[in-house]
Amino acid sequence: MTFEDVVRYSSRSITGFRVRTALLLLAMSIGVASVVLLTTLGEGARRYIVNEFAELGTHLLVVLPGRSETTGGPPPLLGTTPRDLTLDDAMALYRSSAVRHVAPLTLGSAPASWRDREREINVLGSTRALYPVRQLEVAQGQFLPEGDPSRAASVCVMGQNVKRELFGNRNALGEWIRLNDRRFRVIGVLAEKGQSIGMDFTEVVIIPVASAQALFNTSSLLRILIQAKSRDDVSGAKNDVLDIIQARHEGDDDVTVIAQDAVLATFDRIFKALTLTVAGIAAISLAVAGILIMNVMLVSVSQRTSEIGLLKAVGARRRQILSVFLMESALLSLAGAAIGLVVALVGAGVLVRIFPGFPLQIPAWSFFSAVGVALFTGLVFGLAPARRAAKLDPVWALTGRG
Amino acid sequence: MIQLDGVERVFRLGDEEVHALREVKLHFEEGAYVSIMGSSGSGKSTLLNIVGLLDRPNAGEYRLDGVPTTELADDQQADVRRHKIGFVFQSFHLIPRLTAAENVELPLMLAGVDPDERRKRVDAALENMGLSDRARHRPSQLSGGQRQRAAIARAVIMQPRIILADEPTGNLDHVSGGVVIETLENLNRQGITLVVVTHDPEVGERSRRQVHMMDGYVISDSAA
Repeated sequence: MTFEDVVRYSSRSITGFRVRTALLLLAMSIGVASVVLLTTLGEGARRYIVNEFAELGTHLLVVLPGRSETTGGPPPLLGTTPRDLTLDDAMALYRSSAVRHVAPLTLGSAPASWRDREREINVLGSTRALYPVRQLEVAQGQFLPEGDPSRAASVCVMGQNVKRELFGNRNALGEWIRLNDRRFRVIGVLAEKGQSIGMDFTEVVIIPVASAQALFNTSSLLRILIQAKSRDDVSGAKNDVLDIIQARHEGDDDVTVIAQDAVLATFDRIFKALTLTVAGIAAISLAVAGILIMNVMLVSVSQRTSEIGLLKAVGARRRQILSVFLMESALLSLAGAAIGLVVALVGAGVLVRIFPGFPLQIPAWSFFSAVGVALFTGLVFGLAPARRAAKLDPVWALTGRG
Repeated sequence: MIQLDGVERVFRLGDEEVHALREVKLHFEEGAYVSIMGSSGSGKSTLLNIVGLLDRPNAGEYRLDGVPTTELADDQQADVRRHKIGFVFQSFHLIPRLTAAENVELPLMLAGVDPDERRKRVDAALENMGLSDRARHRPSQLSGGQRQRAAIARAVIMQPRIILADEPTGNLDHVSGGVVIETLENLNRQGITLVVVTHDPEVGERSRRQVHMMDGYVISDSAA
């Protein structure tokens, strides 16, 4: 009995028992579709969060004024007001050999105007270092120039939305805008980069940090962003930062340093766990489909006892009967998997329409593993009925007492 | 060629032991035409199953062409059935979703015969049975007599030397039953050993040798 014969014989019985075939295909396609869709959703959620955090940069440290207490116990008797972070603090951090860039940050809001157009706008004060630290891109012109950060130059770089609202389609480069009572020359427009956590760079105007401090009449910084030299330097940089600030703040350990790397890794872990959970749910749905296949195949074996008896009478060996029934499960599983994948593709398409912006993409591994698992469950759950068929006593089978 | 010696077959039904065959000693020569007769429950079908290697005796020996068969493994018995024995059943046992030609082809397919060769042999077998114009019909589209003739075509497609027929006319009217018996007798005339189990005396009397059974015993044998 050649392979083609087995396939032909099995497909004849698949097309011969329509209701049974429909049931099995339904079970298998639901199983496969849920595996693919659920893992796709899990993978999408994981990527979404990871992307959001990756926007911050991978070697990034954030220095915040104030100590975030995580120990319990009663609150301190004297309210501790943390010292502000200053521009000098920030520049002192360059002493650490583990640090590549230090970007001091101030934030305020001010009315911005050009000719007769005016709107309230977030103004970000920083240095040239912000450009590599936040991985910004300019669409036109240039970013803030290098130079002494304490020099209050009257230049600004603006986000796309700000540019559009103040200038429309006109060229903004070289124009002077007014923030509060100060005038700034536009030297660059940021490329559209979209939302990143905590800050929408399309909605800001960036000016030199010293100018911002003057504009908002403050000497403190909101936070300091630091880029370590490499991923391995992140923890060294963190220690250096704490030491340097502590020395400058008369021994008080009053800043918090957050390593984004740790956050990223944590989220990666959390969402790997999520993906696994989702895969577990999917595996259960496949197992259910598999058990359904087994039951229907068992029923099919008992319905076809006389056929099996006849095959034995005309000289079929056990292996041949086994392979005919296994081939049937395999073909049904593959057909079910194919239908399931189509359903999953359509389902994913619908989800993308409902939630645009959510990075929904069927992971290749889920595609292949779903088909593989479908075949595997089909064969595993098809094995018991096939063995039953192969073992049937021919006399008993032929008289149709089964 | 078929030699049974002291063959016993016992079935267990609950606590009760049913002796389907007791001390059966028979010898059928090559080319014989034997009918096995008896009322239902006399053990005649069990005898046929044992001769056809579908069943094994509890005691005694069965030699086919001088070879003891009781020691053969299941798959070896399957090979013997495939090459030496053709079965014809009362209820035809055609697979309903396959055409007449495909049903006839089945033993050739299981034996791994080349597809071109298969087609030739199937066409020839169907023509011999007068079913050439029915090759593409399913069993449900055939009359009872046509179905049984398709089953006979399937039984002889491997050119066996023994045909075992269990009540071949049991589901047929008189006329088509007669055609089926003549077809089987024709095969016997070509040298094939023919064993027919029947409770119909009219069918049984046509054979050259009659074996009568009752309660598992052979009670008369026209050759003895």
